[in-house]
Amino acid sequence: MAFYDSVFKALGLSDWCGAEASSAPMSMADLLAQSSGEATKEEFFPFPSLDNLNESCSGIIQSRDVTKGIEEGFLAAKPTLKAILDPITQPLSWLLDGALWTFAATPWFIMVPILVAIAWFASRSVGVTIFVAFSIFLLGLVDHYDVAMQTLSIIFVCTGISVMLGVPIGIAMSKSDRLQRSLVPVLDLLQTLPTFVYLIPLIFLFSVTESKLYGIAIILYAIVPVVRLTDLGIRLVDQDVIEAADAFGMTSRQKLLGVQLPLALPNIMAGINQTIMMSLAMVVIASLVSAPGLGVNVLRGIRNLELGVGIVAGIGIVLLAVILDRVSKAALSRVDMTRVKH
Amino acid sequence: MATEPKVRLRGLYKIFGARHKEVLHHVKEGMGKEDLLEHHKHVLGLQDINVDMQAGEITVVMGLSGSGKSTLIRHLNRLIEPTAGEILVDGIDVMALSEPDLREVRQTKMSMVFQKFALLPHRTVVQNAAMSLKTRGFSEAEQQSEAMKWLARVGLQGYENRYPAQLSGGMQQRVGIARALTANTDIMLMDEAFSALDPLIRTDMQNLLLELQDELQKTIIFITHDLDEALKLADHLVILKDGAVIQQGEPQGILMNPCDPYIEDFVSDINRARVLRVKSVMEPLSGSKFAGDVDVGDNLESLIARSEGDTSLHYRVMSGGTAVGELHMRDLVKALVPRLSSSEDVSPPKS
Ligand SMILES: Nc1ncnc2c1ncn2[C@@H]1O[C@H](COP(=O)(O)OP(=O)(O)O)[C@@H](O)[C@H]1O
Ligand SMILES: [Mg+2]
Repeated sequence: MAFYDSVFKALGLSDWCGAEASSAPMSMADLLAQSSGEATKEEFFPFPSLDNLNESCSGIIQSRDVTKGIEEGFLAAKPTLKAILDPITQPLSWLLDGALWTFAATPWFIMVPILVAIAWFASRSVGVTIFVAFSIFLLGLVDHYDVAMQTLSIIFVCTGISVMLGVPIGIAMSKSDRLQRSLVPVLDLLQTLPTFVYLIPLIFLFSVTESKLYGIAIILYAIVPVVRLTDLGIRLVDQDVIEAADAFGMTSRQKLLGVQLPLALPNIMAGINQTIMMSLAMVVIASLVSAPGLGVNVLRGIRNLELGVGIVAGIGIVLLAVILDRVSKAALSRVDMTRVKH
Repeated sequence: MATEPKVRLRGLYKIFGARHKEVLHHVKEGMGKEDLLEHHKHVLGLQDINVDMQAGEITVVMGLSGSGKSTLIRHLNRLIEPTAGEILVDGIDVMALSEPDLREVRQTKMSMVFQKFALLPHRTVVQNAAMSLKTRGFSEAEQQSEAMKWLARVGLQGYENRYPAQLSGGMQQRVGIARALTANTDIMLMDEAFSALDPLIRTDMQNLLLELQDELQKTIIFITHDLDEALKLADHLVILKDGAVIQQGEPQGILMNPCDPYIEDFVSDINRARVLRVKSVMEPLSGSKFAGDVDVGDNLESLIARSEGDTSLHYRVMSGGTAVGELHMRDLVKALVPRLSSSEDVSPPKS
């Protein structure tokens, strides 16, 4: 005798509910109660959840039907989605695999100087460059050079693609208030969704062996700041200067390339800095879905309770984070400086 | 004037707001700025503007803040679209231009100088000056030499490779002027170009502008809220109030015969002796005994100094070597009293 029997009777819905309530499959709660050997305890006033209502009326679905429905719906849509998304995203797999291969195949005595040189040209700061060289040396010393390079190559590819897609999206947003209004909620969603939640639909859609799986997860997460700050940066450009550009007859292309983008550059660079940091955060989590790199060692530390392995990898991640942050911040402040060379 | 005006504004109206075309008829039927805002939530920017701007002259548009000066000047190059009316530049209807043609007009016919300078902060002084030529696709060498020439002309030699932020306000505005001159356009639009500058630097800049104008004879449309500046620069003065022209004409004439209390207010504060010139006070030649010769362009202050305050003297007025009239010191003193609507009418002198 379930609590809501009388309700359905009073509403005259008994017929619609169908014959025997007990003929419905057991709900999860019943099953648990049974297996733990306790009798189902009747609550005084149970919440009118689907499972509770189902006990009184088999015409009402159970909660597991909902999850099952979603799953089936998703599976039904999967072939179409896959047919569209697979070819579009395939280059991402190639890029990631290519980058991983390149970073692995280049001998360290060539790779390290290249990285140090990049740090120098981006930051033009002796301190930062020495710090980068020292950090890579440390990582190599504890035999984490290879995994660190894997992480780094994934970040390079994902940040690059985020910038290539994010800057044009940000430009388009700054030009159209309507586009901005419709994209801002999407960006909010991408940024607030817990990172694990991204992975669920992606795992269904792509096989775990494909690199684009984690590539997409990282890009979706990391693209947000560069889009936002490109939009903001362009909108914040001094209207007087824009007016001057118009008054002297610039085309919108000349205005964009010669005025708006250069003046928005500090903001865009700040966005890129955040994008890099978020790629790094995500690439660690993405080791759950077979992304190689330092994250794998962290995961091993957790799974096998190998404290040392986990901590060393963790420190490696911190080092990478500091390197990437320092270099991109130094580049940013250099851009800011050229603005007002006092 | 016999010659065709360089710029003509004909029946220009501007109303700010989404339904500006629909509320236009209210304004045409005489609704004022306040009523329009209260009843229709639209801002009246300009109403029925008819101004002719002659080639080679400085036309000054003066009015208090919010009177629509910036709105007016931005119509000439269509940075603002009018609600109704005609804008003719060199006889071309600016409103009929396609986008590329409008860009071309902005590049080759009009240049603009802004109150807040509006220089490109990431470009050097010389790159800023060359902005118009770069936009038009001139070669790097041409850009450089033209920009250098005009920078030198406005006194910025040696600053070419600085950035705007490294310069003082006065020097930044010199870059602004060099940028407009480098564009080599007949028409220059100057929106409160000197209002952000200190008084001394401002005087320098006004003198620079007059000097350049002597040399180049551009058609300049100059916006200001300062009557002294307006009188110093104007060949033709247009006075704007709440978006409407309330008086326009030769500045001396406006000074002697203000037609509106609003203008009288403006006019009553200034040093008339310094602004008024002999030609506004002189009378036709009739006498023969003169205390000396004066030039039509002399201001009254210099004459008072010369006569040492003796109001019984007569002077002969000369213009380029020929006598064109005579001046009685008595009339001069009368002209120094501002005419207020409350006071008795001082009969206007014929000029
Ligand atoms: N984009 C706009 N939207 C609404 N009102 C405007 C806009 N631009 C100017 N105005 C109004 O038009 C009037 C004239 O402005 P403006 O031409 O800037 O005056 P001025 O340059 O003489 O100080 C002001 O009342 C101002 O509030
Ligand atoms: Mg203004």
